Amino acid sequence: MSGASLDRNPPVKLPNEPTITPKIVAEHGLSPEEYQRVLAIMGRTPTMVELGIFSAMWSEHCSYKSSKVWLKKLPTKAPWVIQGPGENAGVIDIGDGQAAIFKMESHNHPSYIEPYQGAATGVGGILRDVFTMGARPVANLNALRFGDPAHPKTRHLVSGVVAGIGGYGNCMGIPTVGGETNFHAAYNGNILVNAMTVGIAPTDRIFYAAAAGVGNPLVYVGSKTGRDGIHGATMASTEFNEDSEEKRPTVQVGDPFVEKLLLEACLELMATDVIVAIQDMGAAGLTSSSFEMAAKGGLGVIVELDKVPMRETGMNPYELMLSESQERMLIVLKPGTEEQARKIFEKWELDFAVIGHLTDAERMVLSWHGDIVGNIPIPPLVTEAPVYERPWTLTPLPGVLDADKVPAPKDWRASLLALMSCPDLASKAWIWHQYDHLIMGNTAIRPQDGDAALVRVNGGHKGLAMTSDCTPRYVQAHPETGGRQAVAEAWRNITAVGARPLAVTDNMNFGNPQKPEIMGQFAGAIMGMAEACKVLDFPVVSGNVSLYNETEGRPILPTPTIGAVGVIEDITKAVGSRLIQAGLGIVLIGETTGWLGQSLYLREACGREEGAPPPVDLAVERRNGDFVRSQIAMDRVEACHDVSDGGLIVALAEMAIAGGTGMEIGQPAGNAVPSHAFFYGEDQGRYVIASGSADDVIEAAHAAGVPAVLLGYSGGASLVVKSLLSLPLSDIKAAHEAWLPGYMAATD
Amino acid sequence: MKAAVLVFPGSNREGDVAQAIELVTGRKPQMVWHGDGDFEKTDLIVVPGGFSYGDYLRCGAMAAQSPVMAEVKKRAAQGVPVLAICNGFQIVTEAGLLPGTLMRNAHLKFVCSDVHLKVETSQSLFTNRYQAGQVIRVPVAHAEGNYFADDDTLKRLEDRGQIAFRYCAPDGTVNGTGNPNGSIRNIAGVFNETKTVMGLMPHPENAVEPMFGGCDGKALFEGLVEALT
Repeated sequence: MSGASLDRNPPVKLPNEPTITPKIVAEHGLSPEEYQRVLAIMGRTPTMVELGIFSAMWSEHCSYKSSKVWLKKLPTKAPWVIQGPGENAGVIDIGDGQAAIFKMESHNHPSYIEPYQGAATGVGGILRDVFTMGARPVANLNALRFGDPAHPKTRHLVSGVVAGIGGYGNCMGIPTVGGETNFHAAYNGNILVNAMTVGIAPTDRIFYAAAAGVGNPLVYVGSKTGRDGIHGATMASTEFNEDSEEKRPTVQVGDPFVEKLLLEACLELMATDVIVAIQDMGAAGLTSSSFEMAAKGGLGVIVELDKVPMRETGMNPYELMLSESQERMLIVLKPGTEEQARKIFEKWELDFAVIGHLTDAERMVLSWHGDIVGNIPIPPLVTEAPVYERPWTLTPLPGVLDADKVPAPKDWRASLLALMSCPDLASKAWIWHQYDHLIMGNTAIRPQDGDAALVRVNGGHKGLAMTSDCTPRYVQAHPETGGRQAVAEAWRNITAVGARPLAVTDNMNFGNPQKPEIMGQFAGAIMGMAEACKVLDFPVVSGNVSLYNETEGRPILPTPTIGAVGVIEDITKAVGSRLIQAGLGIVLIGETTGWLGQSLYLREACGREEGAPPPVDLAVERRNGDFVRSQIAMDRVEACHDVSDGGLIVALAEMAIAGGTGMEIGQPAGNAVPSHAFFYGEDQGRYVIASGSADDVIEAAHAAGVPAVLLGYSGGASLVVKSLLSLPLSDIKAAHEAWLPGYMAATD
Repeated sequence: MKAAVLVFPGSNREGDVAQAIELVTGRKPQMVWHGDGDFEKTDLIVVPGGFSYGDYLRCGAMAAQSPVMAEVKKRAAQGVPVLAICNGFQIVTEAGLLPGTLMRNAHLKFVCSDVHLKVETSQSLFTNRYQAGQVIRVPVAHAEGNYFADDDTLKRLEDRGQIAFRYCAPDGTVNGTGNPNGSIRNIAGVFNETKTVMGLMPHPENAVEPMFGGCDGKALFEGLVEALT
């Protein structure tokens, strides 16, 4: 049957098709106003499948309707950016004809409802986003936020999420090399699972989603379509309530084995010359993939739904269009190449079906055993999509907390041990030992051995550094400062291994945007991030927004997770944070004012979360970071660690226990900052360097206008802080490593 | 040395071992698809790590029934050396080329970590570049590496010197702390009776370069090259 003849037919009603009522509209997450737009576009009452398509495409998850106006403010361009936001993932040039392709994406709502499958399919989804573009994934990272460890669900969620991430990534054979895990009561009802994948492709073989060529075949490959995940995108666009458990059937079920086959089959197909466009079926499945491919190409599409490979009998067009079954791809092939492509997918034992073709009608036409069951004009669904400038109220900057208002520890040993074993700082080895972080043989800096993970690029000496960062308590206190800080810390972590920071992917996790104070958090965070990205030449190339992270009106801490990638030309020059050599000078780079507001010390030792977060001076950040990188490149640095959560003393303790070498240090003579503020303060833009030529480093720092001071020297088996503390490393290590395994093994 | 690396749907460390072989031999091994019962003559067959057939049913059970494994069994019987790593070890035990079985890790979790191994013998194709009693550091990455065999089998293996490696502490002490998965008698790798087939859970192929996990695994491949060239 030809496209033109199909196009002229009005849709038929299927047997048993319900009449559209206001209740059905509401169940699809469309407001009455939005439904009026649907009627205006269609010029008639939509069929059920058409309503489902509008619902999915206009969901917050797919349409970014609340966030779009703000996301535009982020800088997205740089000479090395090949593809910014708007594709499946961002693409940057890393030299030698190679590109890094990466993105971070949330799977928060499903992971709370069904932690194993929710997290597993989060990993599966982000991997597909990256290999859809022609890249072989080379590394995974994940940023996890859980509720209070004392909350009855937390242990179950940690266990399920970690097993799910490992179960999927390990089977795929992609190393999981980095990430972060925090705990806070604000996540009790809404955990965050943000997964990031980095891949590498030749710059001249990158694949995009824009369809082209009227008449070209539309091909479905991968797993069969089942009834899982129907309306996942709509679920991820609403708040949770006590009935959320009933949404379990909207969570997808992953099969990493099939995804591994799909990865290899797609890469094999991509090595030929038959693909016009390719898009994975993620949120809103066949609907969003076919729609986006046609819309981006300015074309129309006919989908013959009865040709879609189905997992079960009796499925209808509505279910087929809205299923979020995993491990599926949609491809537009060059005409006449169907058999060549089919052979590759049959070799990998995957489904392959021609399910339609492109038309010039700019309409999405759905047929079902010869009848038209849906017929939607494509451009207005995009151009008339709701965009909201929601009211917003900025969070005012809290007053600065004077260090004198924060008590010094009565017992320095106990206070350091308590901090090193608190849930946010305790070793996460229990987690990352469940992830294969070594497969592919390119992992140069493993989890916990450096501020960023470092992975060699095959076939050379180049390394990719990657990290994920956010300090939600800072963002909560003042979103603008927190947004700035998240970007700066990611930039700092890439710098601390000696790499050049190149670009960012952002994962914006917030509460209900219909509340002005939440929208204000979003706006503030964006303003801070935009400024930091601009000053640090650190463009945003991809990202994801997750809103409505609220349960019964209680929102999460605003969490704009920043994933970042940098490059180092000669991987042998890179440094980790482990202190493994005695006799090195321990040098602090950057200025210490003793900023205790919103510090971990304040929260863990004093039970207070107050004050303004530490300010981030971006010019200073850049100056200090560029200096540190230059010293690493000159081989003057044996180990480097940024100073972040817990302040200077925590940074020193982490370096010492990671490398098994102690140190004897002290607050420099004449420094007037109170000791507890000097050692626990969280001033930004600081690094600790261990150097065999500390004098040269300090001299060079002063010449560059960078504050640098010698704290002492490495050696021994204890952390010794003159006149304050002497603590065997074995005690610190024991406290640091015991908490998480102990917590997970408990059964209360 | 000419080597062949098998590839099953779901294999994922075939690239790692191919890279290690290329590093020591200077030539790429032939990659053999699971459906190919007939492949070029080779000096060494490698059954690599991964999740063959998704590890569904039971790790290695389906791969053991594949056309390529029928051929591997035939060639192993003729004396062609077989190196079976991780999922490969699971596959060859399922195929009956090595005694014992690999159960779920005792702690029920996947474990990826460096471990220490005590080399039990240098009298084999695979371990001739090591000293008996030497301690080496290589990684493991598996969820089902808990080696088990009945007492009679264990006695036979030990009497005939068929234990290749045992998990140990960094100082070489064979005890519970060095055992990552609960393997009986800390067994990490075993030989067949003729010592032409070796299976092990750890990944020597991920310990062949100083910056990437150290070089303790490299001698295994160098020893094979020496013995088979």
